[in-house]
This record gives sequence, structure tokens and C-alpha cells, in this order.
Amino acid sequence: MPKILKIDKLEKTYTSGSKKLTVLHDISFDIEAGETFAIVGPSGSGKTTLLGLCAGLDKPNSGSVELCGTRLQDMSEDQRALLRNKDVGFIFQNFQLLPTLSALENVSVPLELQGTKNASTMALQLLDKVGLANRIHHYPSQLSGGEQQRVALARAFCNTPSILFADEPTGNLDEETGEKVIELLFELNREAGTTLVIVTHDLDLANRTQQVLQLKGGKILTNKRQ
Amino acid sequence: MNTLSPKTGTAWLFKMAWRDGKANISRLILFMASIILGIAAVVSIQSFSENLKKNIGQQSKALMGADFIIDSRNSPNTRVQQIIDSLGGANASEVNFVSMAAFPKTNDAKLVRVRGMKGAFPLYGTLETVPAKAALDYQDKNAALVDATLMLQYNLSPGDSITIGRITVPILAALKSIPGSSSISASIAPPVIIPFSLIEKTELLQQGSRKDYQYFFVASDKINLDVLSRDLNPILETENAGLSTHKAASARLGRRYTNVSKFLNLVAFIALLLGCIGIASSVHIYIKEKLPAVAVLKCMGATARQTFSIYLIQIAGMGFLGGLLGVGIGLGLQQFFPLLLQAFLPFSIDISVSVSAIVLGLVLGILMSVLFALLPLLSTWYVSPLEVLRVQAGSYVKSKRVKLLIFAAILGFIYAVTFWLLRDGVYALGFVLGVGFTFCVLAGIAVLFMKGIKHFFPKAWGFTARQSLLNLFRPNNQTLVLIIAIGLGAFLISTLYFTRNMLQSRATLNAATKDPNMILMDVQTTQKEAVKQRIVLNKFPVVDDLAIVTMRLHSIKEVLVNTIRKDSSSLVRDWVLNHEFRATYRDSLIPSEKIIEGRWVPKIELGKPVEISISSNFAKDTNLAVGDELVFNVQGVLMTTLVGSIRDVNWGRAQMNFLVVFPKGVLEEAPQFHVLTSYTPNEEASAGLQRDLVKQFPNVSVIDLRQILQVVEGVLNKISWVINFMAFFSILTGLIVLISSVRNSKYQRIKESVLLRTLGAKNKQILHITALEYFYLGSIGAGIGVLLSVVGSKLLASFVFEVSFVPSLIPFLIVFPAITILVLFIGLINSSAVLKSTPLEVLRREG
Repeated sequence: MPKILKIDKLEKTYTSGSKKLTVLHDISFDIEAGETFAIVGPSGSGKTTLLGLCAGLDKPNSGSVELCGTRLQDMSEDQRALLRNKDVGFIFQNFQLLPTLSALENVSVPLELQGTKNASTMALQLLDKVGLANRIHHYPSQLSGGEQQRVALARAFCNTPSILFADEPTGNLDEETGEKVIELLFELNREAGTTLVIVTHDLDLANRTQQVLQLKGGKILTNKRQ
Repeated sequence: MNTLSPKTGTAWLFKMAWRDGKANISRLILFMASIILGIAAVVSIQSFSENLKKNIGQQSKALMGADFIIDSRNSPNTRVQQIIDSLGGANASEVNFVSMAAFPKTNDAKLVRVRGMKGAFPLYGTLETVPAKAALDYQDKNAALVDATLMLQYNLSPGDSITIGRITVPILAALKSIPGSSSISASIAPPVIIPFSLIEKTELLQQGSRKDYQYFFVASDKINLDVLSRDLNPILETENAGLSTHKAASARLGRRYTNVSKFLNLVAFIALLLGCIGIASSVHIYIKEKLPAVAVLKCMGATARQTFSIYLIQIAGMGFLGGLLGVGIGLGLQQFFPLLLQAFLPFSIDISVSVSAIVLGLVLGILMSVLFALLPLLSTWYVSPLEVLRVQAGSYVKSKRVKLLIFAAILGFIYAVTFWLLRDGVYALGFVLGVGFTFCVLAGIAVLFMKGIKHFFPKAWGFTARQSLLNLFRPNNQTLVLIIAIGLGAFLISTLYFTRNMLQSRATLNAATKDPNMILMDVQTTQKEAVKQRIVLNKFPVVDDLAIVTMRLHSIKEVLVNTIRKDSSSLVRDWVLNHEFRATYRDSLIPSEKIIEGRWVPKIELGKPVEISISSNFAKDTNLAVGDELVFNVQGVLMTTLVGSIRDVNWGRAQMNFLVVFPKGVLEEAPQFHVLTSYTPNEEASAGLQRDLVKQFPNVSVIDLRQILQVVEGVLNKISWVINFMAFFSILTGLIVLISSVRNSKYQRIKESVLLRTLGAKNKQILHITALEYFYLGSIGAGIGVLLSVVGSKLLASFVFEVSFVPSLIPFLIVFPAITILVLFIGLINSSAVLKSTPLEVLRREG
């Protein structure tokens, strides 16, 4: 299988005043296309920072990230935005729906950004798939946490991404709702054949993926294929 | 790779701007409201001045009553008469002068402007009289047309009579309007029109009377008036006459009103700038709240340019709508301007819609809101998509270069608009620097004040007092903007108050010092003693007895006045060359004068040249220094003089002041007339003296300073009304900025108050904290504004009005507390939702 994500000797440092804080140190791993992958570790281990770098949301201080065959550090911010729009999907712990847009509009946005003509119809189909066909005109503030995350799932899959990054997708949900969302996530992933990268504290969730990367203090502790 | 998603066009950006905007419509309307009034003010004045210009252009012939006029200070000499004849003779003519008129019916007397008319004046436009027919036959009936207000004041009606000099004629009608005359200009000496044939019989055209002969012409279409003016004026000027065309006169009139409208436009523009600062502040908070959504959009693949454009479109849209509403209100407002400025306008005005004013309003609305919102909008460009992952992305750093570019664009735009309004680069720069300075001073003092509070924080104060002070420093606070807005409003109001006070005090007679308040003009040498006796008989004092000798300049520093007229590079002001000087001679200075250069020569020194004393303004306008030579033409006799001294003259004092004072022993034998001054304790006494004098000496004109000062006060009241009207826009804009700011921080305040309540604070304590916070904002802003206005007014007093500053407690006792209470009131009204919210409501919203 071809590699969809190649991480090589990644290092990320933040500067706070005169102090330098190394958040990630010498991180290298690969993910094959269609694979499910989990990044686990305690708080402050650098999981989310790593996710941000893998998705091209930030630039590393050294090392390289190759996403969908393209070296991210060679790209401008706008080029990376276009790549994200075409090939990447996101799910966030706090859903990150646009509060001023309805559920349907939230799902349509990535398609509209691509210039897809029947964006609304496609968005409607996805919302139907996540069981929210009757809530399409509701605003995020009018939806429950689980419903919001299902809208986020529909949004993440609407542009049929090659890779989907999920940051603590159940972190803000109760156990039962979280379970339902995860079922839906894996189901959609199977159907679309998308590569799935999940950052989580939840070891049960991590164990459902094919490969688990464990971080501690910004370094790789283990990288196990299951 | 293309930087924009290939198929996403501008339409999507508009769609997103609308989708996002409709959810924030109430906040966006508040941004809009901040500029509506400023635009309304600018548009109303701009549109009105366009209309004024158009009306002056359309009515220029009717304003003059002729195509062109030849005027002369004296009865025209042979040369002037030849020119008049060569033009085919005048179609109408008049001689006018100021004189006393008596009304036998009421036994009253009043200073009037007598206009002796010959021919069918006006040649264009109409003399409006009641009854209307009188304007056509007063000359045949040997009767008078008397100013309508004057008739009303003295209870006169057609059929009554009026005495002018030695004649008494019937009043045929009330004179409502004469082409080219405003009600203000007619207030001091109201017009009385009589047939020219009666003028000689009045016996008023004698030595000393300042008179003006005017010859009115209708020009055939073939005559080029500009060429005529250019050819004849140099010849006429040498004969102390002049030719004025209707075009030149209306251009002069246009310039006068344009200057007024420029000033009002600037006041309106300040209101707009204030609104824009409000926009910048509100957009700052608005965009800050939008940044997480921007980061999400970027995660989904939106580019920086796209996210920036979405909010730019929103702001520009609001600016356009604000401009549209402002234009609508402005066009409505301009309908009231003719009422407001009626007294100053010598013509009727038709109001129509000015396209350029509409375009100006819309362009200002869009450009100013966008420019002032650019800086906060920039954050959307720099925000990292990483923000969505709760990772501290090292904050988005705005480029310093871009920041500087935006500041430069704002300043450049303000300069461009000001330049467009004033058409003068230096004044425009002065305005931009002045406004910048005022804003910086207000902001600087506010910052210092806040730092002072922080540094010397009153730790010993109670919880509520401390908490309310701390609120001034909360994140996203708008303390600085509010202090600027409130401060500027207070500054404008109290500066207007101080200025009005200064100008009024300058024009007020001091009853306690018994300064002369009656001026008797045109007293002939043969009458002088008799007039003095008459005053004393009436038990009033003769305060001054001044001899007046009229003269004109013949040469300045050995260059003939006629040569200077032709020299376009001359530093001598035009008025000096054509002025009829009324000089006096005396051996001592009077209290309103001070020698600033040279030496005062009380009496001609034998064998030495005649050393005169000139006023500093005359010296400046003529470019003269001590020792320079001036040759005067004293009614046909040339007299060489040297500038012996330069005097600083306080023209504001109600005293007879002179540009030129001769030493004793020079002019005593020259043809002269006298001016006497007296003091009467009240209007009744003044009227009695005037009645008595006009009976005995009909040629003597009596000016009652009290009446003139009433007119001046009336004018000042009208002017300050207009200025207050404009300042009102700034103040109202300030209040909208205040309301908008309170609304912006409402949710933050609700959260704080809920938290405080959860920790055990009572509603009363929360109310106390809120009230104190607005009290601090109001009192700091108003306090700084009033204090700055003291400094500003003192500078205005010294450098502009050249009077001493009159301190007053009124701004401190009324403006300061009134604005503070207003701010407190608005703050509390708008915070009522904060006080009423239950913790549960907030928790729900949070969820």
C-alpha cells in the first residue's frame, strides 16, 4: 500500500520569552493509505501538536511531513489550504461548527470552497446518513453535543478526503453518545476508504485502530501495529 | 498552484458574508449607526452648499439687480461720467448713505440706510413690497418704501410719514426685500427707499457723509462682461470708482458661503471620524470573537484572502448601508438649513437633490468604515488554523509594515477628503494634524490616567469600588475609545460655550465703567458746539470730541498707489489702495491703544516731517515699518507723512479707534467733520436724546451701540445655534459609540456578573460595580474634555480672537456632570440585561 503520510525526524519548538520549549523531538513514522491510526499519550505529550503538523496546520522547526505525496514545508499557506480542502478532513473535540451557519450550511462549506455545484444536495445526503435529515436548518446552538459532532462528521466526509484527522472526537461527549459517534466514524471511514488518524486519551478507542503511536514528553514511546 | 480554490468565486464570498452577517445583524447595525449621523451631517451640508452655489449662479443677476454696476464713493467726476455715458447711460442709479430718520407718528428716531433711487431698479429680480404695487409707483408719488421690520418695530403703517433730513414724505409700503440684501445686513441700518429727486432736498449729502453712488446697467448679449470689467476697472479705480459684474458679485457671495459651509463640513467630518473610531473599536471585538470560526474555515481549506474577504464584504456592506441611510437623513436634514440660515441669506433658495453629495455619502460610508476596520480585520488574515486545536500557535503577528500602511492609508484618506472639502493643501494638512493632535492628546491623557490608576491602585477601597476600577482594564475593554468619544463630545460642547462667551464679552458694554454708548457722526464744525450743548441740556455727558478728516492714499514708500494696483507681486492688500481713511488728530493715546514700535509724536515738531501713528493691522496689510513714507490725498491736497509709530489697537473695545492718527498742528485747517460720543444709562434715555437731536440736527447720525450689540448678540446666537447643531452630531455619534460598546461587552459582563453572583455577590453590589464603572468612564472622559477645552479656548482667545480668555465654571458645573450622568444612564439602561440574567441562562448559553 502507498504511504499517505510520511513523517521524518520531526521537531517542534515553541519560544516563550527567552525560554525555548521543545514539544516534539525526533518523530518519524509512516501511515499507509486506508489505514486507521491512533496517537495516544498523556496530556502535554505533544499529541495535538503532532496532529496539527501532520495536517499541515503548522510548520515544524525541522524534519519533514509528506502528506498525499506532497512535502508540506515546500508549500505556501494558501497551497496547504487547498490541499486541506481537497484531501483532508477534520473532526475536533469541541466540534468547531460555525455558529452562524445552519447544519446544512456547515456541511456545504468545504464543498462550496471546492466550487461543487450541487453542494447542498451532497450535504443533505451526508446529513441524512448521520441521521440528521430533520435537523438541517438548525443552528449549532440548537443541537445537542452528539448532534453537533454528527454534523462535524458529515462535514469531514463531504469532500471525500483521502485522510481524516480526528482530535479527541469523543472528548466532549458522554460515553453512550461518544460510542455512537465512534461507530459512525468507523462506518463512514470503511465506506469511503479514508485513512483515519485519531488523537485520543481513550485506549479502548485507540485499540480499535490498526496502528497506535504512543507519545511521552514529545518523544515516541512505542509505535505498534495491531 | 493557484492560491484560491479554483472554482470558488466572489459570489461564494458574498454568500458567506451574508450567512454569517445575518446572525450578527443587530451588532452590525450598531457599527452602521456609528457612521450614519456623521455621513448625514456631511451630506446635508455638502448638498446644501451645492444648492447654494447653484442658486447663487441662477439668481446672480437678480442678486445684483443688474448685469453690472459702476459705483463711486463720490458724485462721479467727469471721467467716470464719460465712461457711464459711453456705455449708453445707466438704466437705473442710486445714492445711498446712513442717516437718522424720524417718525412723526410715534415721535421716534432711528438710524437708517437711505437709498435714493432713479429709474427702474432692480433691473432683474423684484423689490418686494406690501402692497406690491408700491414698488412700481413710489417714485411717481414721491413716497418712501420703509423696511418691513422697522415698520413693525415702530408700529408704522402705509400712509404714515417719515422724516429724513429736511423732508417728510409719506410711507407708501413696507419693504420686504431688496435684491442682494440679507436680514442681518439690514438689522443695524434698515433700508428706506425714496426717489432720487428728493435726496437733494434732504440736505444730507454734505461734508463727511459716507455715501455711495451706484449706476445699474443692463448689458446686451454681445458685451463680454469679463472683458468690460478688465478694461474699465483700472481706469475707474484711479477715480475711486469701480465696476462690478453680476458674475463677479455672485462669485464673491459664493466664496463667502462656501467658506461657511467648509467650516461646517469640517465639524460634520469630525463627527464622522468619531464614528469611525467607534467602528474600529467595535470591529476589533467582533473580529476577535470571529477568529475561531476563521480558523475553522482555514482548516477546511479557505485561504487567508477568502476569510479576510468575507468579513471585509460584511463591513463594506454595512458601510454602504450606513452611507445610504446617512445620505437619506442628510438629504432630509438639508431641507431645514434654509430655515436655520435664513437670516444670513440674501436670496431665496430652492433645495434639490445633489448627486455629488449622494456619491460622497456612499463613498465615505464604504471607504471610511473599511479603512478604520482594516486593522482589526487583518487578524483574520494572520490567524492560524492551528487555533482550532487549542494549541497556542504563538499568536498571529500582524506585519508592522502592513499596519503602517493602513495608518498611512487612513491619514491619506482623511487628508484627501479634507483637501476636497477645503481645496487648500495647507489648511487640509492643518486640519489633519489638528484632529490627529486632539485625538492623540485625548488618547494620551486617557492612557496616562489609566496608567496612573493602575500604578496608584486604591487597594484600600471597598470591593465594589475596586472591582469597577478593575473593569476598566478587562480584556477587550473599550475604555480608551469611550474616553476619546466622551472626551471629544465634552471638548466640543465646552469649547463652543467658552468661545461664545468670549465673543459675547467682547461685544458687551460695561455699564459700570460708563463707557460711551452713543456715537454722533457727521457733526459739522459749525454745529459742533450747538450739538454738545444739546447733549448737556439733556443731562448727558460729552465723552469724546473727535475731528475726522477723510483722505486716500496717494503713494506708499514713494510708489504711486496706481502703480501698486497694477503690480501683481505687491505685498500691499487691495483694501488699502481703495480705502477712504477717516483720520483724526490728537496729542495723546487713548486706553484702547498701545505703542509697539517707534515713538508717539503728540504735536508737529517745527521743521520736521509729519510723523503719524498707524495701527498694527494697517502696518501689516501695507507692509509698513517705522520711518516709511506715506503720501495722503487729503481732499485734493497731497500731504507727505512718515510712519512715526505703530500702535496695537484693541478694536474690540467700544471706542472710536483709528487706523491713522495725526499729531496736532497738521490737519486743523483741513475740511473735517466731528464725531461726538456720549453715555446714556438706558434705551429710553437714548431714544429721548436721539429724538431731540434729529429734530435739531437732522444731518447728525446717531449710533446707539446698545442696539448694535443686540444685533451682534443675535448674530452670535444664530451662529452658535448652527455650530451647536453640528456639534450635536458628534455628541450623538459619541453616544452611539457608547451604546455600541456597552452592547459589545454585554455577554462578557453577564458572565462576570453571574460568576460574581455564584461567589455570593448581591444584585445591589453588581449594580454598584456597573454604575461606578460608567461613572468613572463618564467623569474621566468629560473631565478630560472640559479641561482640554479650557486650554483650547485659551489658545483660541490668544491667537484667533485676540481677546482675553473669560474663565467660566459653567462647563465644570453643567457640562461635566450632565455628560457623566448621561453616560451613567446609558450604561445602566443597556446593562439591565446583565443584572436580570440568571446563572442558569448563562450556563445554557455556554453549553
